Amino acid sequence: MVGITAFGGYIPKRRLVRQAIVDAHVWADPGLARRGRGERAMCNWDEDAVTMAVEAARSCVNSGGTTPEALYFASTSAPFADRQNAGIVSTALSLPESIASVDLGSSQKAGVSAFIQALGAVQGGLYEQALVVASEKRRVKAGSPGELAYGDGAAALAIGADGLLAEFVAAQSATVDFVDHFRSATEAYDYTWEERWIRDEGLAKIVPPCINQALAKAGAAPADIDHFIMPSTIGRAVAGIARQVGLPAEAIADNLAGVMGEAGAAHPLVMLLHVLETRAKPGDLLLLAGFGQGCDAVVLRATEALAQFKSAQGVSDALANRQPEDNYQKFLAFNDLIRLEKGMRAENDDYKTALSVTYRKRDMLLGLVGGRCTKCGALQFPRTEVCVNPQCRAHGTQEPHSFRDEPASVLTWSADYLAYTADPPSHYGMITFKEGGRFMTDFTDVTVGGIDVGTPVRMVFRIKSVDSRRGFVRYFWKATPAGGA
Amino acid sequence: MATGIKDKVAILGMGCSRFGERWESGAEELMVEAFNEAIGDAGVDVSEIDAAWFSTHYEEINVGKGGLPLSIALRLPNIAVTRVENFCASGSEAFRGAVYAVASGACDIALALGVEKLKDTGYGGLPGGLGGTLTPQWSANGSAPGNFAQLASAYRAKHGVERDDLKRAIAHISVKSHANGAKNPKAHLRREITEEDALNAPMIAEPLGLYDCCGVSDGAAAAIVTTPEIAKSLDKERIVSVKALQLSLSNGSESGHNSWDGSYFHTTRIAAKKAYQEAGISKPREQVSLFECHDCFSITEMVTMEDLQLSPEGGAIKDVMDGFYDADGQIPCQIDGGLKCFGHPIGASGIRMLYEMYLQLQGRAEERQVPDPSIGMTHNLGGSPMSNVAAVCIVGAQG
Repeated sequence: MVGITAFGGYIPKRRLVRQAIVDAHVWADPGLARRGRGERAMCNWDEDAVTMAVEAARSCVNSGGTTPEALYFASTSAPFADRQNAGIVSTALSLPESIASVDLGSSQKAGVSAFIQALGAVQGGLYEQALVVASEKRRVKAGSPGELAYGDGAAALAIGADGLLAEFVAAQSATVDFVDHFRSATEAYDYTWEERWIRDEGLAKIVPPCINQALAKAGAAPADIDHFIMPSTIGRAVAGIARQVGLPAEAIADNLAGVMGEAGAAHPLVMLLHVLETRAKPGDLLLLAGFGQGCDAVVLRATEALAQFKSAQGVSDALANRQPEDNYQKFLAFNDLIRLEKGMRAENDDYKTALSVTYRKRDMLLGLVGGRCTKCGALQFPRTEVCVNPQCRAHGTQEPHSFRDEPASVLTWSADYLAYTADPPSHYGMITFKEGGRFMTDFTDVTVGGIDVGTPVRMVFRIKSVDSRRGFVRYFWKATPAGGA
Repeated sequence: MATGIKDKVAILGMGCSRFGERWESGAEELMVEAFNEAIGDAGVDVSEIDAAWFSTHYEEINVGKGGLPLSIALRLPNIAVTRVENFCASGSEAFRGAVYAVASGACDIALALGVEKLKDTGYGGLPGGLGGTLTPQWSANGSAPGNFAQLASAYRAKHGVERDDLKRAIAHISVKSHANGAKNPKAHLRREITEEDALNAPMIAEPLGLYDCCGVSDGAAAAIVTTPEIAKSLDKERIVSVKALQLSLSNGSESGHNSWDGSYFHTTRIAAKKAYQEAGISKPREQVSLFECHDCFSITEMVTMEDLQLSPEGGAIKDVMDGFYDADGQIPCQIDGGLKCFGHPIGASGIRMLYEMYLQLQGRAEERQVPDPSIGMTHNLGGSPMSNVAAVCIVGAQG
């Protein structure tokens, strides 16, 4: 028996208040007036599908017991079209280089597809353990329905055979080239067809047979399903499918539309985590479905161990770490939806990245790995040939030491209105790690007045800067107030 | 056993261009302007200069690499020209090269000239540099004001200072420098300001407002040095000689080891201690007549007063508010306006500081003249509080 052994989720802290979007566009579309309820999760300027995936996967790995041999990354908004995005995630978490890595995308069901592939690989004995992470930051045009309906987020699941939180019971897939929306390889934004057609000709005709086959394989009756987990931004579409199949209405899982919006290919897994964290009881049967040019359906059964499991950070924890944003201009600015004057200082980011340096220092830059002097014990970042401790200065004594999860606090700081950042002022300062080591770092997810000397911080993986001329995203770690302060 | 530099090298002549937004001039014109004053003051011919040290920082927007720009601009007679670069302390580094060359006996007369043409960037403030291929990939997204502003957060935490009290003290520092700069015809910023102006200025990097930041200026400064014997043989009077010349560089411990609290300059303390020892100064608060410190930001000046042992630790705010460093105070600081108002053409600044000390010691500072100074000191700092180059130079009457 294989199944889920751990999980972790991530939703960006910023939640764009929908009313702010409505207020900006209602002049052109009066029908928006009634759509201002709730919030949508919104990436900070320095977040993308990879950074969110790192945070979700990190929470999953830090929840214990996970030593994956394969990493599956699913997204339709991966920052790199030809560079393994899963490899960035893997290196950021210092997973062994012997790991297999796979990127999946091209469909809104990619998250569930990755989950099924990982379950199959572990069940078939290819890997003992695998890690699945789905992450999505969908690009939308200003004033589009997706701007209101979508949200950003990520979910990670560890797959194995021991210590199961939920057992894999059955899966069924369907592949139908039903184009409800599309985005060609050269386009930035989706082109979407009419919702009623999608609901009646697509969802209602493609999903129910797939679910029925999955239930048949599981030997379960529709009425046995305790949690039906399926996202859709189309009103009543999921309820209609439940009715068609005969699933109990009360089994329909919260799609989190009010608190975060729909996170594309990641959303089925985000919803699954939310159910596992808040509703599922041992023995419950869960039905997970993803839709997009077909359907992927998975039946799972919650185990006794679920009640005892606590993720390092689940979807519910991430949802609770919330900062409402009512400035719609920031959303436009962060997502390049408006042609902003950034000033000449912004041009400094458009430098050619020395890829040979990025590679040589990959554990430092992606994994926040510094050094520990084996002679004096001093922790230091970066790792160097000569120990930084003025009382030691030993040569060649340092072993790798990751500062990812080391607690730290602020020693010095400033809020700088001169240096270019997409979200002024630029907060940065010296942080000191409790067990030793320090460096000057950018702060992220900070509001003015939110940092002071002594403020506890934790490290998060973020976009350092973007070379817009060559389209290269540089990643590094930043400090953010610990505990979501 | 090293005997130090004291009284081994004399300043034969100095020159300094007008600092400011010199839209009409490039680095070449600025170099010639400073050099012509220096060579005229020295009373020697260009053919008598044995070697030159040339300082600039930003090669990208300035004159490029190497010693050639100076050699070509001045049409030097094919002598050795060494370009030096050590961040904002580059000027002191050029002076050090020339002084050491004379002290070694390798040269009779040597030239140090620093220049920086900053106002060709298209925007205000200093340009940002990448700092290599690795640094930009991980170092914080900062600017000079933001780096130095961090001193304030740590100083306040260490000494229990309220933000408003600190803001008032650093405002006083800037008001004083503006008052001094107004009397200097070569200064970039020549308008007096009030404490209210400083306190209400736009925020640049918390807690530093616009008037807490020094000018970004074009300019050049030059020094011609020789042995005291040659200076005397040229019938020079009131000869100013070098008493101490010390440089201390960070080795990464402030930025990488938890032994520094962020509220002071580790290197300045080391350089100052060595310089006082080299010059034979045991009570700096009583013996130093006046000084120029590296007031790139008001907060830098404030903590430097303590690092130079002129104010007791934690006592700079009181001294500042008491007017101890004002033009009529016990130790006038930035009597020429400092980086704040004279301006900060990076490669020239260390030599500009010496220029004012030289004029003051010779009694040639006109409206700014301090009564009977005997010891002048310069403090020239490059980098950031976390990682820097600190240069301290002491000059005084020969003998």
